[in-house]
Amino acid sequence: MQPFIHLKAVRKVYRSGKTEHLAISDATFDVMPGELVSLVGPSGCGKSTLLKILAGLHGHDGGELQIGTAEHSFDPSRDVGMVFQAPLLLKWRRILENVLLPAEILGLPMGEARERARALLALVGLTGYEAKYPYELSGGMQQRAAIARALVHDPKLVLMDEPFGALDALTREKMNLELLRIWKESKKTIVFVTHGISEAVFLGTRVVVFTAGPAKMADNFVIDLPHPRTLDMKTHPRFGEYTRRIYRLLGME
Amino acid sequence: MNENLQRYTFAVLAHVALVLAWYLFVKLGDVPQFVMPSPGATLEALLEPDYGWWTNAAVTATEIFGGYFLALVVGVGLALVFTWSKALESFFMPLLVSLNMIPKVALGPLIIVWFKYGIVPNSIMAFSICVFPILLTTARGLRETEPELLDLVRSLKGSRWQLFTKVQLPGALPYIFAGMKVGAILAVAGAVVGEFLGSDKGLGYLMLQVQVTLDTPAMFMAVILITLIGMALYGIVLGLERWLVVKDARLA
Repeated sequence: MQPFIHLKAVRKVYRSGKTEHLAISDATFDVMPGELVSLVGPSGCGKSTLLKILAGLHGHDGGELQIGTAEHSFDPSRDVGMVFQAPLLLKWRRILENVLLPAEILGLPMGEARERARALLALVGLTGYEAKYPYELSGGMQQRAAIARALVHDPKLVLMDEPFGALDALTREKMNLELLRIWKESKKTIVFVTHGISEAVFLGTRVVVFTAGPAKMADNFVIDLPHPRTLDMKTHPRFGEYTRRIYRLLGME
Repeated sequence: MNENLQRYTFAVLAHVALVLAWYLFVKLGDVPQFVMPSPGATLEALLEPDYGWWTNAAVTATEIFGGYFLALVVGVGLALVFTWSKALESFFMPLLVSLNMIPKVALGPLIIVWFKYGIVPNSIMAFSICVFPILLTTARGLRETEPELLDLVRSLKGSRWQLFTKVQLPGALPYIFAGMKVGAILAVAGAVVGEFLGSDKGLGYLMLQVQVTLDTPAMFMAVILITLIGMALYGIVLGLERWLVVKDARLA
């Protein structure tokens, strides 16, 4: 099978005046269709930059980047859903209208989009909250709505930039399980950026490890743990091996 | 609901108490009418047909509302242009901050030279004094949009107009209203000062006329009417804010 995302020696340089800052020195990895790949690394290691390159928000300065295959076509304007660390819901819109934002921007037929938005709110466990305003929801619930918003235009690729980083530990664990369920049901390809090592291993079918300054890919390996994942897998010996492997790469052991 | 009722009751009571205190002060202190008229004497001033109360009030209201509306359109419009062009913003913003420091009242004599006197120059006076707070707060509000939200819209290849109407403008509304509230108060002052400096109609003009004859009740009445016009404008702005801005997003 051909990879859905193919990166080979992708570089990114930021220039401000005469100084150059190498943000990503070499990113080489593939993502298969339907995979959930975790990108893990310390803050400021260029993970978010890479995500922006995948989203088509930034260009890259060398290397190959190919998204989509003959079988799984990819339209850069329609096939990207984004979730950020903050929910970034529009305060003045009700939850349902918030979820509909991408559909409005893309000019999709609103009747269908509305139905889809309702179904997605049910998927993320927010039935009954359609007419609430964001401030009436907890942080975790707002982030669920943000996930529904990222899925409303049925994108093939969902990019998540530390989406649970601002949540408390318990809510975060719960959201991890929720995300796995949503991923399973929606069958999306997901690239998940995090600096949580155990989160990266728990969620990912594969983990790509970056080290900082400049971002350099340090490792890329498959997480061989059965699906659906459950919280007891965190005590699985292999889970420990994977996290140790990452800790070692990041020089924390 | 009960709490609201209580708040309104207190609001009304406070105003009634002020009028009562005013009445008692004048009555018990035996204050001469040319220094401070009683509430009753002030109301009676309305009966003097020569003062053309309604025409003058209409003129002043037109100046205030006209100048204010123009400031709103120009202020929001310019702020929008600034969000579209960083270069324009860097060029004009410092200039506007300097211009904002000009005491607008000092422009009065110039405005009269340029535009003669009447409704138009007084509207311009009101405009010049309230356009800056509206422009500056709107520009601030439009800049406040989270960069990730811009990314979200850009990742969907949304247009500049979509970004403005769906994200930036509604997000800036709390700021715009903060500027509009300050502007509403300033617009009233601007129009009245304009009338003081040169006009042949309006409540400010009337005040200067009756000052000559020491008709203090009429001066009091004029001040009250100007205040009422200001309150009407402020009330409209508050009502619009309540209608357009979700409770949680309002700035105090």
